[in-house]
Amino acid sequence: MNPQRKQRLYIIIGLVAAVGAAVALALSALQQNINLFYTPTQIANGEAPMGTRIRAGGMVEKGSLVRSSDSLQVRFVVTDFNKSVAITYRGILPDLFREGQGIVALGKVGTDGVVVADEVLAKHDEKYMPPEVNKALKDGKLAQAEP
Amino acid sequence: MIPELGQLAMILALCFSAALGVLPLLGAWRGQVVWMALARPLAWGQFAFLAFAFACLARSFMVDDFSVAYVAQNSNSALPWYYKFSAVWGAHEGSLLLWALILGGWTFAVSIFSGQLPRDMLARVLAVMGLIGTGFMVFLICTSNPFSRLLPQVPANGRDLNPLLQDFGLVVHPPMLYMGYVGFSVAFAFAIAALLGGRLDAAWARWSRPWTLVAWSFLGVGISLGSWWAYYELGWGGWWFWDPVENASLMPWLVGTALVHSLAVTEKRGVFKSWTVLLAIAAFSLSLMGTFLVRSGVLTSVHAFASDPTRGVFILGFLLLVVGGSLGLFALRAPVVRSHARFGLWSRETLLLGNNLLLVVAAATILLGTLYPLLLDALTGAKLSVGPPYFNLLFLPLMALLMLLLAVGVVVRWKHTPGRWLAGLLTPVLVAAVVLAVLGGWWLGDFDWPVLAVFALAMWVVVGGLRDVFDKTRHTGLARGLRGLRRSYWAMHLAHLGIAVCALGVVLSSQHNAERDLRMAPGEAVDVGGYHFVFEGSQHVNGPNWSADRAVIRVTQGGRPVAVLNPEKRLYTAQQSMMTEAGIDPGLLRDLYVALGEPLGDGAWAVRVHVKPFVRWIWLGGVLTALGGLLAAADGRYRTKVKARVRGTLGLKEAAA
Repeated sequence: MNPQRKQRLYIIIGLVAAVGAAVALALSALQQNINLFYTPTQIANGEAPMGTRIRAGGMVEKGSLVRSSDSLQVRFVVTDFNKSVAITYRGILPDLFREGQGIVALGKVGTDGVVVADEVLAKHDEKYMPPEVNKALKDGKLAQAEP
Repeated sequence: MIPELGQLAMILALCFSAALGVLPLLGAWRGQVVWMALARPLAWGQFAFLAFAFACLARSFMVDDFSVAYVAQNSNSALPWYYKFSAVWGAHEGSLLLWALILGGWTFAVSIFSGQLPRDMLARVLAVMGLIGTGFMVFLICTSNPFSRLLPQVPANGRDLNPLLQDFGLVVHPPMLYMGYVGFSVAFAFAIAALLGGRLDAAWARWSRPWTLVAWSFLGVGISLGSWWAYYELGWGGWWFWDPVENASLMPWLVGTALVHSLAVTEKRGVFKSWTVLLAIAAFSLSLMGTFLVRSGVLTSVHAFASDPTRGVFILGFLLLVVGGSLGLFALRAPVVRSHARFGLWSRETLLLGNNLLLVVAAATILLGTLYPLLLDALTGAKLSVGPPYFNLLFLPLMALLMLLLAVGVVVRWKHTPGRWLAGLLTPVLVAAVVLAVLGGWWLGDFDWPVLAVFALAMWVVVGGLRDVFDKTRHTGLARGLRGLRRSYWAMHLAHLGIAVCALGVVLSSQHNAERDLRMAPGEAVDVGGYHFVFEGSQHVNGPNWSADRAVIRVTQGGRPVAVLNPEKRLYTAQQSMMTEAGIDPGLLRDLYVALGEPLGDGAWAVRVHVKPFVRWIWLGGVLTALGGLLAAADGRYRTKVKARVRGTLGLKEAAA
């Protein structure tokens, strides 16, 4: 093998190794950082894993919001009209967070079945419903209608 | 009457662009001079009618013509006039019209400033842009007509513009971003025209370069503006969320950056030709994909407006047509344009190849993270999202690697560089970078490894650039040599300086960010990041179309007054929606940022207090980089010498008609 071909071979091997490493790294990073969406029914039935960060979403039940008097701790209930699940959150809620509005909370399910959220998302248009929440609500209504 | 005229103008513009997309192409194929010559007047006609249509829609907004459905949904008579004007592109239909207008504008600009192009090349470039325009205008007219009327029941007043958009950001961010997105269509058109003509040479790269640079600069400014807007408007104090829509704008920028560098190699050395074409196709395809993601409603995002499925299907089809068609053409034609120049391992070619690889891999990882949830949803119905840690984990090391290569790429020579000479040149740079990084850490009183590493990288880039300036001027002496350096050379250093500044801003604002969310009653105080914030209470104020609670927060440092911040909680009356207006004291070295959460009774509020060091550097860096691009595009060689030299190489004496 002449030196030039040898050099080229090294470059190609290096490139393949680098791309392979990048793809492996990307896939493992992806695996660790996906947040699956669960409906209130799924969480209430215990289908959501404990201790991993998930997305929980649904309609905030009217009259369910309770604020702590001396801190920013809040507690509210989201529903898909079939089952409900309580969510606690410490911090400032987004502007469009309202009772009767669809929201998505990111956090972990505790042993008591309450979701401890570290982030609450409400979208910036009152007409707009997050697609996954929309689907959850539809499924929830269907499930309620069937039995 | 006026909206109907606008609609008519829009349809006429479509006719012009359809003719532009077909006739000059046929002319270039058959050698029909007259048909090719039609390209320029058709481009002018298309732009004129689009401008007229846009003016009609703008007028409907300015005079509160609520019989137009789009105006009724996105404006209100109480809206200040400048927001009425920017509301034209405040939602789906109008922003598409703006897109079409800007495309028409770019087509017009190409027809004006490309007089030196060979006739068939110009005809093909304009025709490809005409085809893109046709696709977008069919989409606009068939699925998203901004002029459709609400007759006979005309509402008394409009539903008002989304309060989030009632901001200076809306006035500047979308036009800048669209200038970038759509501007890549010029690079795309040049690439397709070159493939069609079978002439992928240095001349092609030279023509395409200034256009690509300008588009890339606009995109950079657009992204920076978007980030800045999100920072002060959303009330979270974050400047990048890895939101799919942000990713959609970052991906074309990354690929565009690769394209800008790859074009340089193609122009100077005649290699990477096929790769450059592929990048041009990819940059524009990613721009289109961004449009698809934003407009089809498949995403949960601030930017996702209506979710009309026909729109998504149309753009997806158009995207597939563009990508499939151009890649098919590439597959047919690319083997014809093989390059012959050789280069060694330590050469600027290799380093720029490394730059391209890193940028493309970065864009690909972002693409994976953005599309993965959509794909999985389409295939299995599972709903999930990919969190920011994924993007940070992959994107940041790639960018660090890129900065590591950057300084080497700047000093290294074309073709071949002796390794020993290179090491001799760069060793002092490395030493200086490490010393400066340690000094920087000492100045900030912080020896965190991320901060130190980014300091070292930024200094490596800056000192490497300086080292190259000294190296370039070593024969003539610094004073005389500096004046002799080209504008495009300074542009390169400016753009690279921007990257270093941005990197410093990112790491310092993230690592040294001080943040508290707390309940504050009037008279209460909190200490954050060495500043003393005193909440003095809030009062009620009224604006043109909103009412608000405005708080007064007095900030002192060591007893000295620093600033008085007035964060607001606004209620926009037309839509009854709440908005947070953050109170910000901006500074080059730090921002003080206060936002109101919700009222907690007895005059107390939930308050978010941030001290963000060096956060402005992020956008400053972005703007510097974009300015670098504009400066490079303004280099004299693209205007004067092009004529003589290019015609000489091509042997075209009578080229410009």
